[in-house]
Amino acid sequence: MSRNNLGGIVQQKGTRHLMMRTLLFLTLGVFCLYYLIPLIVMIATSLKSLEEIRAGSLLSLPQDVTFDAWAKAWSSACVGVRCDGLKPFFWNSVAMVVPAVTISTILGALNGYALTKWRFPGADIIFALILFGAFIPFQVILLPMARTLGVLGLAGTIPGLVLVHVIYGLAFTTLFFRNFFIGVSSGIIQAAQIDGAGFFGIFFRIVLPMSLPAVVVTVIWQYTQICNDFLFGIAFTVGDSNPVTVALNNVVNTSTGVKEYNVDMAAAIIAALPTLAVYVIAGAYFVRGLSAGAVKG
Amino acid sequence: MAPRTHSTVPLGQKIELWLPRFVVSPLFALSLFFVYGFILWTVYISFTKSGVMPNYSFEGLSQYERLWATPRLYVALGNMFVFSALFIGISLAIGIFLAILLDQRVRIEGVIRTIYLYPMALSFIVTGTVWKWILNPGLGIQNFVRKAGFEEFTFDWLVNSDYAIYTIVIAAVWQSSGYAMALFLAGLRSVDDEILKAAAIDGAGSFRTYFSVVLPIMRPVFLSTVIILAHLAIKSFDLVIALTGGGPGYATAMPATFMYSFAFQRSELGVAAASAVMMLATVIAIVVPYLYSELRGTKQ
Repeated sequence: MSRNNLGGIVQQKGTRHLMMRTLLFLTLGVFCLYYLIPLIVMIATSLKSLEEIRAGSLLSLPQDVTFDAWAKAWSSACVGVRCDGLKPFFWNSVAMVVPAVTISTILGALNGYALTKWRFPGADIIFALILFGAFIPFQVILLPMARTLGVLGLAGTIPGLVLVHVIYGLAFTTLFFRNFFIGVSSGIIQAAQIDGAGFFGIFFRIVLPMSLPAVVVTVIWQYTQICNDFLFGIAFTVGDSNPVTVALNNVVNTSTGVKEYNVDMAAAIIAALPTLAVYVIAGAYFVRGLSAGAVKG
Repeated sequence: MAPRTHSTVPLGQKIELWLPRFVVSPLFALSLFFVYGFILWTVYISFTKSGVMPNYSFEGLSQYERLWATPRLYVALGNMFVFSALFIGISLAIGIFLAILLDQRVRIEGVIRTIYLYPMALSFIVTGTVWKWILNPGLGIQNFVRKAGFEEFTFDWLVNSDYAIYTIVIAAVWQSSGYAMALFLAGLRSVDDEILKAAAIDGAGSFRTYFSVVLPIMRPVFLSTVIILAHLAIKSFDLVIALTGGGPGYATAMPATFMYSFAFQRSELGVAAASAVMMLATVIAIVVPYLYSELRGTKQ
């Protein structure tokens, strides 16, 4: 008797539980659609012909898949007056990202290491002053930077842009490595010191190998930030040296001729692919970088 | 380390002791010059009568007077206010809601989290381009709903100067709400299980547990999420340029686009500098107290 009763209660709870779970998954699913639909629309539109775009609707899937828009976006769409597609600008971005990420990560690692493991008087104040640079609105440095690049002969060039990204990325890379090194035991370093290892010896042989996770997080963070940058790109480069984000904006806002939405969407995907690919491959590290950006690691 | 007297330290070790400072100094000098030096330069320029070219003779507040007499500034400030309030509010709400849902032992959490967070990997220019297409009245949502049978349906916010600012909110929330979710989920995971058990024993239902027990504990997470979102909002430039170009007219101007157009299109350096200084002052008012408390917290 009592067992039956109990079964009834459990079953009732079971259906209620099941309903709640269904509701939970429905809601989660709706939000998945909310985040995914723009991506689906973007891909679908890029695979349609212009006639199909005009005849069909936003959410309809392409009936007649064509990669013409992709080919055009990559190699013949007009960016301003130049009609070579996004290709040259894509390579500009690569030429900017690789050195900027490498240099800012190495300098950040050294900085973080020296500030945490070789504490000297004033190290905390120096760190706080450097960290503040991560939060300034960059509008406040645009004008003097433009003039400085002019004086250095780097105005409108990719090396100039690399310099800007290294300098203003330093605050973040230092922050990431400092937060990581704070958790590393100083005992190992003291032991190595007693064995006669010096500042750089300890850095290269002991600290760097164990800080691989911090390196990955920092590289991914810097890579995403620099790839996606628009402000520095538009302020400090001209025409041929534009990074891909600026070129994409120019493609979309070119007012001459027929508006080719499929080419715009293909161009947007091309510009998004480098960061999207890294996100899919190394999502966990990406998330860690995002939360480390919240100051506390 | 054992204290040593000067005379007994060999030269090599002396250099070793100074090496950390040698490494940090040039980087610190870079930061002093390119951050603090540049800020001082911009602040000084805002007090001169610089126009197309910088002019170093002191002029007092005249650039600020010109700035404050520009109607576009008030549009930009109003937009900033509306945009920040809605963007932060909605992103927080969606973020908390999704984090709580994902915290219910969802087995495919990893996949769902990846989907919620991917927009954050995109450039704001890409986001702007996509939403410009979705929101364009001719072939976007309006057209879609009309073709579904609602001929009278109108959704032209993108080209309507009274509503265009909300399209920027829509796109920005889409891009950043997953980020808020990730921060809150990390916060929820760090809440001690014992507290949750105690609440359950006291008979608190799951919703009550969240609202009266868990969320108050997460106040620091709240604070840092708000700061991060506010910081994104103040800096918002890319998305405005890509989605509306600041238009129609200057209906969706923001402080960042205002500064950019005065600096690089109208070549009014003084006014541009003055507006940049106002932006900096706003950020300092928000960020410095936060950084101060954070840094004090990590020291312990």
